[in-house]
Parts: sequence; structure tokens; C-alpha cells
Amino acid sequence: MSFLDSFFARKRPSSSSVARNRLQILLAHERGAEAEGDSTLLRTLHREILEVLARHVTVDQDNVNIKLDRGEHCSTLEIDIQVPESGLRAHVSTQASHEPDPS
Amino acid sequence: MAQIIVVTSGKGGVGKTTTTAALGAALARNGQNVAVVDFDVGLRNLDLIMGAERRVVFDLINVVQGDAKLNQALIRDKRCETLSILPASQTRDKDSLTAEGVSRVMSELSEKFDWILCDSPAGIERGAQLAMHHADHAVIVTNPEVSSVRDSDRIVGMLDSRTARAARGERVEKHLLLTRYDPARAARNEMLSVDDVIEILSLPLLGVIPESEDVLKASNVGAPVTLAAPDSAPAKAYFEAVRRLEGEDLKVSIPTEKRGFLDFLFKKRGS
Repeated sequence: MSFLDSFFARKRPSSSSVARNRLQILLAHERGAEAEGDSTLLRTLHREILEVLARHVTVDQDNVNIKLDRGEHCSTLEIDIQVPESGLRAHVSTQASHEPDPS
Repeated sequence: MAQIIVVTSGKGGVGKTTTTAALGAALARNGQNVAVVDFDVGLRNLDLIMGAERRVVFDLINVVQGDAKLNQALIRDKRCETLSILPASQTRDKDSLTAEGVSRVMSELSEKFDWILCDSPAGIERGAQLAMHHADHAVIVTNPEVSSVRDSDRIVGMLDSRTARAARGERVEKHLLLTRYDPARAARNEMLSVDDVIEILSLPLLGVIPESEDVLKASNVGAPVTLAAPDSAPAKAYFEAVRRLEGEDLKVSIPTEKRGFLDFLFKKRGS
């Protein structure tokens, strides 16, 4: 770097630092936009699935995991619900009340 | 089982084909069995960069459609017998590539080779997605320039969501390869530095290939730069990148500015 370059460098930011800042702002925005659309959808699904489940079984909201994988031709929505022993018993007992006990 | 590497970038003209040829030849020189596969249907160029353009009889689409056997389409390199190229079609429509056909070709190649390097077309559409689909590793070729960095970021997002590995809940191993790097301009803060690009993309660095006349010279004569000029700066950087791909823990050498006499005089003033 010549003396003149370093003299002018003090006056205005270098073009590479402008490039770096522009990219950092742009990419933060673009990454956010992509993830945000999905996360709104996932939050809604999570809430509504819990509502339906709550009518029949007891499920802790931390035990409902929803994952979305986007592909070109098809996307997969993976829903993993862990029902605790006690929650399942509540479900079985409502079923049992409709059917006569075999024993 | 072969290691499958996609050489990708989003943006065109950043050096994907040059890199595929150079890395493929460098791996082959280390005694590995390597296939380089051109996915750029309609605009094939890997054959030209490798100097095999007059030996193309059958291509990837012929194999995908069952019109030719894989062995009939593979061209063995004349300089390096463990290196083969599977050319893309020049005339066919890019829609002739089917996902099933590509899967079949990839698994057949996996039985014969140690490494499969897939040269992706530019863009983020079907061809690029097919090229990355089976990859275990991705070499993301990026120039120190804003549009290239932005496109690389898009490709990273796709590697994390639309590949076979992503569908299995695994990750494609991503590697940043910075090409056409001009250390003098970076030192004058006229070009994004290596650290800038690493920080923005947050990817591990595979190598830095300096801008060099040797790359164009090698393509003029139809040879990967790692074979045409193995002692040149870009070839050395590619050889280093290959050692890293093979698992060696090797510090990345960053090209430095060549100082002229005047630069030397002003050394203390420069930053």
C-alpha cells in the first residue's frame, strides 16, 4: 500500500469494507426471510395439533416436535408426538368405556 | 463406497469446471480412482477443460436413459490412468436427466471409483439440485466478490435442505474454496479478504486459489492445472485442498502479495 493510499483510506471506508457490510446486512435479511415463513407455519401447526390432541389425550407441549423439509418436488412434514404413559391411559379408558370388558 | 463431492457455486464463471478438473486430477495423481461427472447438460465444458472433447462418444444422458453402458461413456484420461470423465450431453434437453436415472448412475459409479466429483451447472434449478443430491461433500467455489458470495449463501441453504443427506437428517460436509483471489488487491482493501468471506458465509476453508495466468494457459491446452503446471501457485493450492479433502489436518496457506521494489521501500508505511 502506498503512502497516498493510506492517506486517502482515512477519509473514506475501503470498498472491501463497504462490500462486507452490505453482504452482512443482505444475507442476515435473506436467511431470516426464508426461515421466518416456515417458522410461522410450524408455530401454527404446533398449536393446532396440540388443541386437537388435548381433546383426547394428555400431551405435554414439549413432546410435540414438528419438522419441515422443503424439496423441489415434495416437502416432508415430520410430526413426532410422544405420549406419556398416563396420557395414553386416559385415551384407552375412554375407548374401554364404549366396549365391554372381555374378562 | 465412493466419496461423492459436488463442486457448486450458484453463480456462473467462478471456476467450478476448472476446480472439478484440478481437484479430480490431483486426487488421481495421489493414486485414487476418480470419476469427474459433468452435470451441465446443454453447455458441457468439462470435456474441453480436460482435453477429452474429441473422444466423447456417449454421455451422461445416454447412460441415464439406458442407451449406453456406463463403461462405454466413461473416458479414461490419457495422462493419468486412474482418472475418468463422464461428459454431459451437448444436444439434449436438460429435462432428460431424471432423478432415478442419476441415482442409478451414481450407485454404479460408487462401485468402481473412490471419488466422484460432480461438476454442477450454474444456477439453483433442477440441474444444480440433481448434481448436489447425492453429495457427501460440497466444495463451494466462491470469488471474493459480492454477487458470488450471495449466491454461495443460497447454495448453502439448498445443501442443508434439499439433498439426500438432508432428507436423512444428516449434513453435507461443506467446504469453502475461494478462487481468483488477488492478494495485492485484498491488501489494498479493494477486494474482500479471505477472513471477510469466511466470516460472512461461516464455512470451513478448503483452500484459496490465487488469480493466475496458469489457469487460463492450462485450459488453452486442455489440461487440468494440476497436471499442466503442477508447480504453479494455483496447482499447489489445489493439491493442498485435496490433502485436506483426504482428511489431513493441514493449515490453509493464504496467498500473499508479491512485493515489488517500490512496495519494499514503502513497507513500513503500508498496512
